[in-house]
Amino acid sequence: MSDVIAPFKEPVVTSPQAYVNELTTLNLGPTHPATHGVFQNILQMDGERIVSAVTTIGYIHRAYEKLVEHRPFYQITPLTDRMNYCSSPINNMGWWMTVEKLLGVTVPKRAQYMRVIMMELARISDHLICNSILGVDSGAFSGFLYLFQERENIYEIYEEVCGARLTTNMGRIGGMERDFSETAVRKIRKFLKDFPPVLREFENLFNRNRIFMDRVVDVGPITAERALNYGFTGPNLRAAGVDYDVRVMNPYSSYEDFEFDIPVGTNGDTYDRFIVRNEEMWQSLRIIQQAMDKLPDGPYHADAPEYYLPPKPEVYRNMEALIYHFKIVMGEIDAPAGEVYHAVEGGNGELGFYLISDGGRAPYRLHFRRPCFIYYQAYAEMCVGTQLSDAIVILSSLNVIAGELDA
Amino acid sequence: MTNQEVIDDLIQHYPEAISDVDEPYGLLTFTTTGGQIIPLLRYLYDHPAFQFQFLTDLCGIHYPHHPGKELGVIYHVHSLVHNVRVRIKVFFPIGDPHVPTATVLYESANWMERETYDFYGVCFDGHPNLVRILNVDEMDYFPLRKEYPLEDATRRDKNDIMFGR
Repeated sequence: MSDVIAPFKEPVVTSPQAYVNELTTLNLGPTHPATHGVFQNILQMDGERIVSAVTTIGYIHRAYEKLVEHRPFYQITPLTDRMNYCSSPINNMGWWMTVEKLLGVTVPKRAQYMRVIMMELARISDHLICNSILGVDSGAFSGFLYLFQERENIYEIYEEVCGARLTTNMGRIGGMERDFSETAVRKIRKFLKDFPPVLREFENLFNRNRIFMDRVVDVGPITAERALNYGFTGPNLRAAGVDYDVRVMNPYSSYEDFEFDIPVGTNGDTYDRFIVRNEEMWQSLRIIQQAMDKLPDGPYHADAPEYYLPPKPEVYRNMEALIYHFKIVMGEIDAPAGEVYHAVEGGNGELGFYLISDGGRAPYRLHFRRPCFIYYQAYAEMCVGTQLSDAIVILSSLNVIAGELDA
Repeated sequence: MTNQEVIDDLIQHYPEAISDVDEPYGLLTFTTTGGQIIPLLRYLYDHPAFQFQFLTDLCGIHYPHHPGKELGVIYHVHSLVHNVRVRIKVFFPIGDPHVPTATVLYESANWMERETYDFYGVCFDGHPNLVRILNVDEMDYFPLRKEYPLEDATRRDKNDIMFGR
């Protein structure tokens, strides 16, 4: 022992008692791989236990509410894509419906059903990411790899319908930009057939898995009263036992035509959020199946020439079409004055668009009610008293999407 | 429960606090004053029949051409029991942008009010932690006010050798 060179002349820890009441400050984020996005949590830790948490957000704030005040209405959809990028079609459709409500445009039934199909596919892809990442964060990697093939299949459907995969910019004022192609219909049908066995296997892997349940049951619970007071919506609120779903309460885009259940939890803990999301995927599948079976014939966009781009051959031959084409592309269409609040059930909850138009070409004011932004403030309260690994699991079960959080 | 019942009840209890009643696209909208907003929200919250207990949204607005009422805060409250929404507006001068905080009723108002402060400079009196939330702390202006136009996309004086505009 005597020839070992001691790095310190004196022992670093003189007595274990000296450090009993000392707290460690831990910066969880903004670039920590387990936070899935850029948000920072400054945690005061007593060993592994979290004593207090301070959340800092705004790392990818892009001033969308300022940008939209200078853009014509149809140029705002690409911005909505980038809010909740796990389910961008829902954001796109929510925005189109807000504009259509302001303009008084009636969307034909076929376009409404097509929108429902795309929105439910988006919900499935959103919940897939949330639940499989929850598995990764609690140490089970295989579910994630297994489900991502299905997410890829959903993205291929998007690609077939609108040409893009992640930031879809799907739909137009008054309907969709094109009809479903035969390939798109085939891919949706194939997805409806292939997805249930995969989801069932995923549930077999997780739902009654002892290790997984030990990690998530009773972790980060929130009562229904607290959740409502914190402005929770969507799966996180339903996990706490409140059956509030915008699709049922204020149906839009013909949701009243479909039969589906709203799954609710009891404890509002991480396990309930996981189970509610899984069950919502089954319900989304039901809705897509019904919409595909009942998909009516007819036009896929409204007859609103002032807002809907005419077909290109018409632009070359027809004077009116050329004028409308020019006015739409140059953003010279004035919208009527008015104020509209329209909400859709986004992947994370009530995604609201509050639009004030003063009769100009761009919104006078557009406020996005982002569900993530509102419920993420409960995170500090939910993770205090838990351990660090639980905090990670709570964060991923809340499905906080940084793009939506910061807008 | 209809919008008419709600507004009749409110006018009966707060006759001087309610003005500009309207119903754009079926959503009951009215304007009140900064002094009355919290009692009104509390009344709607505690009302045994209405139960407007869910704060859907809170955001600011700036009308530079309305003297004395340049800045405003807009509340959307929702009665989940009856599925009725109400929109309440409060306006105040830009020189004295003060309004009491709604965090006494709704925990969710905390960040929404911080966001409104961040973008419009509205001071919510009694807020537990009124600091900037999305913008950098060093910012000394309120960017969503109308006097800050977006940069002209065609300006040439900011060309960068490496990255262009």
